[in-house]
Amino acid sequence: MTAPDGGLRAVRRVGDQAVLAELDGLPGVLALRASLAADRPPGVGELVAAATTLLVRYDPALTDHAELRRALADRARALATGSVAPPAPAHAPLTIRVRYDGPDLAEVAALTGLSVAEVVARHTAPLYTVAFAGFAPGFGYLTGTDPVLHVPRRAEPRTAVPAGSVAVAGGFTGVYPRSSPGGWRLLGTTDAPLWDTDRDPPALLVPGRSVRFTAIGAGAAA
Amino acid sequence: MTPWRLEILATGPLATVQDRGRPGWAELGVPRSGAADGPALALANRLVGNAVDAAGVETTFGGLRVRARGPGARYVAVTGAPGAVTVDGVPAPFAAPLALGDGAVLELGPPASGLRSYLAVRGGLDVPPVLGSRATDLLSGLGPAPLRAGDTLPVGEPAAPFPGVDAAPCSAPPGEFALRVLPGPRDDWFPPAAVESLCAARWTATSDSNRVGIRLSGPELRRARDGELPAEGMVAGALQVPPNGQPVLFLADHPVTGGYPVIAVVLGADLPLAGQIPPGAAVRFRSARV
Repeated sequence: MTAPDGGLRAVRRVGDQAVLAELDGLPGVLALRASLAADRPPGVGELVAAATTLLVRYDPALTDHAELRRALADRARALATGSVAPPAPAHAPLTIRVRYDGPDLAEVAALTGLSVAEVVARHTAPLYTVAFAGFAPGFGYLTGTDPVLHVPRRAEPRTAVPAGSVAVAGGFTGVYPRSSPGGWRLLGTTDAPLWDTDRDPPALLVPGRSVRFTAIGAGAAA
Repeated sequence: MTPWRLEILATGPLATVQDRGRPGWAELGVPRSGAADGPALALANRLVGNAVDAAGVETTFGGLRVRARGPGARYVAVTGAPGAVTVDGVPAPFAAPLALGDGAVLELGPPASGLRSYLAVRGGLDVPPVLGSRATDLLSGLGPAPLRAGDTLPVGEPAAPFPGVDAAPCSAPPGEFALRVLPGPRDDWFPPAAVESLCAARWTATSDSNRVGIRLSGPELRRARDGELPAEGMVAGALQVPPNGQPVLFLADHPVTGGYPVIAVVLGADLPLAGQIPPGAAVRFRSARV
């Protein structure tokens, strides 16, 4: 049950061109982000969702801190009471085909007490949601990971994680859109074109989108 | 007809293509990027009659040498951090339209103050845009790679009439930089007097600074609480405080999210000045009225 305030805990000042809305959890963040993206109050620009916050950039010539604060509170309350319906998902659900051949698969099995096959089964079972992006263009933080697979990052990050690596860490699943340093635990790889600047949107993992992983190749369930 | 182009003969420490950046993609993890001193590039564009979104060269500590190639003469202008400009070895005015004929070599020396200078060419640099911008984003690798000697940059066709201005008066960046800040969003992670301490101290920009951010050195800003802040959205101008208590001031290529608390944020109007802070310069912050 969402609180009557829509879970909006605070609206903090971020200089003179942005505010940070603090919510009581990711569902509230995603609901507010989706609603503002579908119906922007005057002057509202970029929205950057994160685990418990939504950064709202604004044009100070078109609105101000006080007005925006009221608009966010009104919207959060309206979402909570149902007087504003959450918008329909903007993107179709996505299925990502994964070869579960990652170098950390055995280690994740050992950390969780599961067999490798069980790790794959647990990772392919949920319907994930892209919570937010960050770290690199096209890198999405996916929620919905089975709690058993909530493993910490590697103590020593790799200097180069291959593009297409499917990985878990800190309760999230992510896919590396290109080769980069990284400390997440690598379960497998995908050929899905995660980032293409000639496509609109350039990222496959767009905030709010539903994602499923299916196993292909040697890791696929018999 | 052969198009106009610029041959890069020398780049100095770092020269990149910049324009107004690529706003609107932050939620996909893409920094805004663009000129670190936006008004300086805008002035260079105005001096040669370009649209405001035309791309030019951003230099770091000067050191740029380019050769003009193409039919007839083409106007260019240099703005931002003021360095000595020569055309074929002859001193030429700063912040003024300069006509370069085929084969003319323009050279920009190191600035007497400030850090970044801008070269605009009438018609704009016509490298392929990525997500609507030609800016080099050093954090995420979008846009053209940093310029190297031997590169050739295509120049577009003029889009607007030539303004016919002789020169634009502009002031040089100061030796000590004073930036206005608003406290927050995470000033409550620090003791009550922390913002006062931030504003009382004289900070030094370290050499570990770039278009992503400026690492400042000064008194340690201790936190009032332990634990980790979940990563949250960041803006240019944010003063993020890592565990060592030495703040980082985010510039144009900053990451879109970050996990260290932001004690205060520089006002948007002062960001172009922040883009001119050279390593070693003194930086002060003043608390702005809400």
